[in-house]
Amino acid sequence: MKDTKAETFLRFDNVKKSYDQENLVVKGFDMDVQEGEFITLLGPSGSGKTTVLMMLAGFESVTSGDIAINGKSINKTAPNKRNIGMVFQNYALFPHMTVAENLAYPLAVRKMSKADIKERVAEYLALVELSAFGDRRPGQLSGGQRQRVALARAMIFQPTLILMDEPLGALDKNLREQMQFEITRLHKQIGFTVIYVTHDQTEALSMSDRIAVFNDGVVQQCAPPAELYERPVNAFVAEFIGENNFVQGKVSQIEGDLAKVETDTGTITTQTSEGLTEGAQCRVSIRPEKLFIHPTTHAHDNALTATFVTRIYVGDFIRYYFRLPDGTDIIVKVLNDLSAPEFEDGATAQLLSLTKDCIAFAN
Amino acid sequence: MSSLSSQDAANARRQMRRRRLQAFLFVVPLLLFILFAFVAPITTMLFRSVYNPTVAELVPETLTMLEDWDGETLPDPAVVTRMAIDMKRMAGNRTSGRFADEINRALPGMSSVIKSTARGLRRADDAELAANGAEMLLAENDRWAKPATWRAIRSAGQVYTSSYYLTAVDLEYDAEGEIIMRDTQIYKQLYTKTLKMALIITGLTMLLGYPLAFYMSQASPATANFLMVFVLLPFWTSLLVRTTAWIALLQAGGVVNSTLIWAGLINEPIELLYNEFSTILAMTHILLPFMVLPLYAVMRGIDSSFMRAAISMGSNPIGAWYKIYLPMSLPGLSAGALLVFIISVGYYITPALVGGTDGQMISNIIAFHMQVSNNWELAAALGSLLLILILVLYWLFDRFVGTDNLKLG
Repeated sequence: MKDTKAETFLRFDNVKKSYDQENLVVKGFDMDVQEGEFITLLGPSGSGKTTVLMMLAGFESVTSGDIAINGKSINKTAPNKRNIGMVFQNYALFPHMTVAENLAYPLAVRKMSKADIKERVAEYLALVELSAFGDRRPGQLSGGQRQRVALARAMIFQPTLILMDEPLGALDKNLREQMQFEITRLHKQIGFTVIYVTHDQTEALSMSDRIAVFNDGVVQQCAPPAELYERPVNAFVAEFIGENNFVQGKVSQIEGDLAKVETDTGTITTQTSEGLTEGAQCRVSIRPEKLFIHPTTHAHDNALTATFVTRIYVGDFIRYYFRLPDGTDIIVKVLNDLSAPEFEDGATAQLLSLTKDCIAFAN
Repeated sequence: MSSLSSQDAANARRQMRRRRLQAFLFVVPLLLFILFAFVAPITTMLFRSVYNPTVAELVPETLTMLEDWDGETLPDPAVVTRMAIDMKRMAGNRTSGRFADEINRALPGMSSVIKSTARGLRRADDAELAANGAEMLLAENDRWAKPATWRAIRSAGQVYTSSYYLTAVDLEYDAEGEIIMRDTQIYKQLYTKTLKMALIITGLTMLLGYPLAFYMSQASPATANFLMVFVLLPFWTSLLVRTTAWIALLQAGGVVNSTLIWAGLINEPIELLYNEFSTILAMTHILLPFMVLPLYAVMRGIDSSFMRAAISMGSNPIGAWYKIYLPMSLPGLSAGALLVFIISVGYYITPALVGGTDGQMISNIIAFHMQVSNNWELAAALGSLLLILILVLYWLFDRFVGTDNLKLG
């Protein structure tokens, strides 16, 4: 991202894919990727994100549209000529070869000299901090180590871009965080371009430059993580990324970027979103951590009256469950400090929020 | 207290003993079966191939007296007389035929000599025989005067002998007791042919089975199951039916020949049946499932991402297959090859039915010696050699491929 080139590095142009000649799995995917970017394709399973990755790698044909690298279409390029590194969920390390042989494989295929291969393998083993493991077989490594070998193998032949298909899916939570850090470090250090597929939003939010949220074969929103979280463009993204509360209401007035929404428990001033019209039904999204329980020192614009249901002690914070008069459940996250209030069953509370944290979406 | 009390230790021991007993009871039926149906017959066979007491039981005294003979001249008249008395006894209790068969194996032509002698001496007077036996025996046939005849009797009289093994590899003892080549070379050639045919069949099943198993492993479960039915279909049909089907197809007036004649490709039927070709063809068909099943089991476990990974790293599909997929599918391939090879080396029914004279394998000759020529000792020797051959091949396989690389499912 250092120097944005005039020409796009990787471009998807109205890419479509159908397996059965009837239904489109990917419905017109467009995206421009700059060199060195870390792009994540995020979506529920069956949303078409892996299909996009497979078309990019060349293992699935493109039904219509065009995929181009540096302005040249690669639709008809054989997968082995695309120079794209790939990391698979099951790592796909060759079990009958040692770690060093696994790393040497792409170089040997490129007819590199033995001495050069040895040097490069040592260099990349050091890069992923596995210098002592070159002679081991993949079966003798732990999950995290295998993952690092897979990463090194995808990078070692200096591909034009690296694809990762749910690479951390098989790891436990601690290792996954460690590997996220590792991947980010390598990305920063070497500066390769990554297309990363996952259904885990935490992973996507913490690693990516931009995230494309997929649903039903269509990209719902493609934006940097913060924007995706703070300014979702539709209810799907608002619901899919992070936790969210939705309050039903009716738009009574729209003024520029702001809308007034009538709900059962009072009027809320919200941000608008595309497709919102005066007089129409809408849903207002408010993140659980953007709601405050009265009394509080935080400034606020809106207040909802709700009945206390229960509170769940999580540790670093406390989750409160409230219910609105229309039966909607509202979750509030409060840091576990002295300000966390106690409630009797059935007590009423005022839930406060800022206008900038409320977004109204058309129903 | 972290250590066990003696009571605890005794309990733990008792529990372990009970678990072991249970485990043992589970395998007892199999062990018994193997003992009676496998270990015992094979031991008997091995013993039989070196043990031949027939002659020793028929003429024990003659053999004892022959022990001191120098082997170069005519034996002592007492020995010859003893033989004449034995001949009469054997003629009387109808064992001379067996004696003739046994001696004939050691010295061809002796069968008729012994049978006619037995006929001649059957009615001889006992006293005259005791006094004059030597002359009477020599008068029956001049071959009794030749030392070679007596040497044959002496060697046939050995209870433990290696001569059947020598015969099984086309060797024999000559008059001087030296090991020499036999005039007729049958068995070595037959073993070579059997191995050659087994290798060809293994190769063909690999050629046919590998792509099929690969396709099945990549196909959807429904397609794979459908194809699996076709692979297993031969298992559900009787072996005889399948072999007979080949006869119907390949015989002179069979489907293949009639079609070719009808199409004008040939003028008269070509010989497709009762030769090596038909044996190999039918056996490849019958043994194909043994190749496909282990291959499929192994290939199903190989994720498609391995090939994709190799291709994404720049390898062409054939190179990726050779370097990545083939080594990963090798356990299934070697298991299938070993199964097919070992089964076909000892195969009997198909060569017997469609092999003619050309397509006979070693097991057919073993069956011949058991059923027709009644030479059980030679059959046992040939069978033992076959067993040894297979063990040696298995050992070689273990050396070069490794049996831990075998995977049947």
